Amino acid sequence: MRDYSGLGTGGAVASGDVSERISRGDIEHVAKLARLELDAGEIEDLTARLDAMLEHFADIDELQLDDVEPMTQPYPLVNVLRDDVVAPGLDRDEVLAAAPDAVDGRFRVPPIIGLDG
Amino acid sequence: MDEGYRSALDLADDVRNGRQTAAAVLEHHLAAIELREPEIHAFNTVLVDEARAAAAAVDAAVAEGRDPGPLAGVPVALKDNMCTRGIPTTCSSKILDGWRPPYDATVVERLRAAGAVVVGKTNLDEFAMGSSTENSAFGPTRNPLDVTRVPGGSSGGSAAAVAAGFAAVGLGSDTGGSIRQPAALCGVVGVKTTYGVVSRYGLVAFASSLDQIGPFTHTVADAAAVIEAIGGHDPADSTSIPQPAPVLTATLGDGVEGLRVGRITDLPKGADPDVEERVEAAFAALVAAGATVVDVQVPAFTYGLTAYYLIAPAEASSNLARYDGVRYGLRVEAPDTNTMYMRTREAGFGDEVKRRIMLGTYALSAGYYDAYYGKALKVRRLIADDFARAYQQADVLISPASPSVAFPLGDKTDNPLAMYLCDTYTIPSNLSGDPAMSVPFGRGADGLPVGVQVLAPTLGEATMFRVAQTLEDTARG
Repeated sequence: MRDYSGLGTGGAVASGDVSERISRGDIEHVAKLARLELDAGEIEDLTARLDAMLEHFADIDELQLDDVEPMTQPYPLVNVLRDDVVAPGLDRDEVLAAAPDAVDGRFRVPPIIGLDG
Repeated sequence: MDEGYRSALDLADDVRNGRQTAAAVLEHHLAAIELREPEIHAFNTVLVDEARAAAAAVDAAVAEGRDPGPLAGVPVALKDNMCTRGIPTTCSSKILDGWRPPYDATVVERLRAAGAVVVGKTNLDEFAMGSSTENSAFGPTRNPLDVTRVPGGSSGGSAAAVAAGFAAVGLGSDTGGSIRQPAALCGVVGVKTTYGVVSRYGLVAFASSLDQIGPFTHTVADAAAVIEAIGGHDPADSTSIPQPAPVLTATLGDGVEGLRVGRITDLPKGADPDVEERVEAAFAALVAAGATVVDVQVPAFTYGLTAYYLIAPAEASSNLARYDGVRYGLRVEAPDTNTMYMRTREAGFGDEVKRRIMLGTYALSAGYYDAYYGKALKVRRLIADDFARAYQQADVLISPASPSVAFPLGDKTDNPLAMYLCDTYTIPSNLSGDPAMSVPFGRGADGLPVGVQVLAPTLGEATMFRVAQTLEDTARG
């Protein structure tokens, strides 16, 4: 088993070539995709930690995978359809009661366009 | 705890035959909760009033001569990522603060129909991401056998609830070992069935192609009975296998005479010597009971950790996109929707959940998809194929469930990769979709329990349970 004692301790583990693999800019971009407003400390921490993880995950690069079919589900079932019968759905008022904000039978959200560039 | 109550089936038998009331059984367990829950913190919510009403309904059925169900009066603890209508379901996350689901999970409906009494919702690593139940927004759960140690995770609350006598049965969910590892660390039985045997409807999704619900119990027979009650096709889950629940109790006592038990010769190293010693003892016990040991190879086993930590976060990053402050839980107000999403998610998710969302989003992002996610899906195929080949030579495989006994709180919290290694031996079965379970088999370092893992091929639960029963019989002498 490899030695993991140095991992997860922040920037100290990142060697030169590893830190090229994932940059602070990458993390900022991915955070935007993931809709996370990370603070500066989190960005720094994630850059180092994801780097360390991806270095570990490079073990699969040694495998010859060209002719291997990707596996997306463990027990293949195709065209799963329910019976074509009317059944009650969730109660609208009960669903809306769990929402942070609702009005007139709908979820209410802040403005979607016009403010975010 | 009263030894007579250690088996859920014995307890149900007493309730069904009027030797004991469900109400008395419940009060016994509530008293245990009152005594030790403050130091253990197994529960996010204890449902005293609801449980008393459910127990009274079971007793009424018995009094009126109606069948109260196979699990009559059995107190059950539900991991708090299973939806319960009108009852908070938090996933131990701030982002689901205040949410009361508008429906019950299928497993909850089936347990109630079987006469079980839900006593509470148990603590977990936030969104089931972790191996120690320390990543909870509500604080850690402690191991009832040694409160300085973790109960394992992510279903640590349910495992601890059963080990502490707070409930006779716990339900957990297992995405990479989250039932089997805490079962091992708490000295109870824990089972992950074949993917699709137990409905996921109403289980808050972490990684949909890996998640399976399963039981924690004191005995192998109890686990079999719970799976018979909650398993079987559910039209509400499109990945549910269109077959009835497996029949397990009928063949439990059939022994292992003539069975081929596989030893994985290329299993990744790293289990502690005390754990290895118990696994060897398990092989010896099965041989003594008439089984044959055969050497098999599962070369891709060692790549399971990498494949899992690319696939599970990728699926999680997609599943957790739904927490956006619109339909449920937390919202941090902002002048526009996009900023509201970003602030809500930043405030609502804990560090480990953010790490996995980031890792998963990265692995799925343009330019990296083929290098990471696509490659991981191919490795997943290799693992499933390797297992299928091994099962041509062996009926079941035996391995450690966890590399170590329960470890001290705080031991791995600063080192996510060390925490991930807790799942080395459990992850491959989630990737292949095959069943596997942890059975307590003696004690290791510091007198703490060791779990031996029994792995079986797709829908091979009946054989797996016969092997587990034999191990339990041996362990109990």
